[in-house]
Amino acid sequence: MGVEIRAEGLVMTYGDLRAVDGVTFTVAPGEFFGLLGPNGAGKTTTLEMIEGLRKPTAGTVRIGDHEPSRREPALLRRMGVQLQSSSFFERLTAREQLDTFGALYGVAAGRTDEMLEQVGLVDKAAVRTEDLSGGQKQRLSIACALIHDPEVVFLDEPTAALDPQARRNLWDVLRTINHSGRTVVLTTHYMDEAEALCDRVAIMDSGRILELDTPAALVRGLDAPVRISLAPGTLSVQDARAVAGDDPVDDAESSLTITTRDPSRVLTALAQRDALDGLSVKGASLEDVFLELTGREYRA
Amino acid sequence: MLKGFFRDKMAFFFAVIFPLMFLVLFGGIFTDDGASKADIIQIGPVSVLDDPPAATKAYIGESLDVTKSSDEEDAIDQVRKGDADAVISQKGDELVVRFSRADQVKAATVQGTVQAIVQAANIESTGQAPRYSVTTDQVEDDSLEAIQYYTPGLMGWAIASGATFGAATNLVVWRRNGLLRRLRLAPIPTRSVVLARVAVSMAIALVQAAIFLGVGIALFGLKLTGSWPMIIPLLVCGTLAFMAIGLLAGAVAKSEEAAVGIANFAVLPMAFLSGSFFPLDGAPGYVTAISKVLPLKHLNDGMLDTMVRGEGPSAALVPMGILLAFAIVITAIASRLFRWDD
Repeated sequence: MGVEIRAEGLVMTYGDLRAVDGVTFTVAPGEFFGLLGPNGAGKTTTLEMIEGLRKPTAGTVRIGDHEPSRREPALLRRMGVQLQSSSFFERLTAREQLDTFGALYGVAAGRTDEMLEQVGLVDKAAVRTEDLSGGQKQRLSIACALIHDPEVVFLDEPTAALDPQARRNLWDVLRTINHSGRTVVLTTHYMDEAEALCDRVAIMDSGRILELDTPAALVRGLDAPVRISLAPGTLSVQDARAVAGDDPVDDAESSLTITTRDPSRVLTALAQRDALDGLSVKGASLEDVFLELTGREYRA
Repeated sequence: MLKGFFRDKMAFFFAVIFPLMFLVLFGGIFTDDGASKADIIQIGPVSVLDDPPAATKAYIGESLDVTKSSDEEDAIDQVRKGDADAVISQKGDELVVRFSRADQVKAATVQGTVQAIVQAANIESTGQAPRYSVTTDQVEDDSLEAIQYYTPGLMGWAIASGATFGAATNLVVWRRNGLLRRLRLAPIPTRSVVLARVAVSMAIALVQAAIFLGVGIALFGLKLTGSWPMIIPLLVCGTLAFMAIGLLAGAVAKSEEAAVGIANFAVLPMAFLSGSFFPLDGAPGYVTAISKVLPLKHLNDGMLDTMVRGEGPSAALVPMGILLAFAIVITAIASRLFRWDD
């Protein structure tokens, strides 16, 4: 199970606009791959070219041995897609929705219960899709994408427009998707989401891939300092400066922050002074990587 | 999808109940097929009314409603206001009939009736038997009432609206919510999706027809004649033709509102021009000429012929052919304009 995806030199132009400008990457079988970038970066267009919904202006896509733009049923049966909008049949209940999609893929009716269970919608089975909350709709939409147990799954911004709570709930569902060795490609404009879910992340901006690696390697490659914040009152500014040595100390009202590239030395010294209560350590995140790569603040 | 339709109460209302309301309305207005009686006021004694000749007695009862009065001024005033249709009085051997020009039909009825009575009285006074007589007979079955005309016409309109609006809004909604693209990535050929949608429209059309016929027969004494089952293949062809119009509207329109607007623009004038609401017998030549190129006209004609005019099954064949040809041409245009996404 799990299929390899290869995208080579993908270009998509709309008039003068190069929405996607030479994107190349390979997704290994069973990998959870993320396309990360702000709106308009070309993520969705790239995904649609891979799915076969759009024919690239230049470049090639292969999913296993297939060329997706040909819409071969053999490939479509192995592919699960969740499009950006919640695309449902009008006025059907969650269960009927899954039954209908199941029928399109020729799967047995028993799968519906299994999927409702997997996405936690058992008690919403008889509710019409129009009456589901945003998070529930997205979960149902993912269930529809998985109804035929596909080997490769495409998810286009599944958590867009959800509140933080619903987003985290959905992550739990998404984490289970590639347990069985499925290849998953996800687009998102949330940094934390890519960090939490993806094995590897391609950071896109203006139609190009800026960097492609595991989230941890991307952050490491940045060689960004660690920020250690102390609760106010645990340590005087003078003591903090003594601990920090040459590293800068920022004395703000809410906390005292030491920014260092040698966190183990600073933390050991703080432990010796018994100043670990209320302490927080924040490493660099993908946000910092993006800032470093584009020279501008990340805005979703 | 069929479930979806019946759950959409608004769609159900406009496709079935709304045209049915017209059926009930028209059925109610035109139940009394004969012209209503003329109200006349008689001033003083009028011999032909007071003591009518035997031959005209029944005739008077059928067409005139006579009230007696002695106040001539007041009676004339009533005619002027339209409360009565004519005032009749006798001066010697002369009958004076005063009427208002406001209601010319009634005025003519009254004059004609009084003339006829006077002629009959004249003949009787000569003591000779009348030489000529008139027998009138309707060409249609005696039961042919207004409902027989309106049911096929309104049914045609209902089915045309149902198929056009259904196809148009469906296409736009599915394109906007991305379901079209989603279906494109399902391992089923596009034609299966189209056929499924056609099947839904056909089912809706047949349900519409069943309800129309049921209400017509149960409440208004609609009588089906001869080869009425031929309306089923007619409806199938009609549904195809109007779905094609709907698809064209849906392919062109960007929003649901626009789709509904375009569909309305196509269907409503067509319903008038095709005689769905009133017969086109008195319409000028160019209107009939236009109506001949409209698919609804042919659907209505086919249904009229087979449902109530008692013609054989072959009467439906030409309309069916025209509807199918229409469906093919419009579908070809629609498929050229079709888009999977916005």
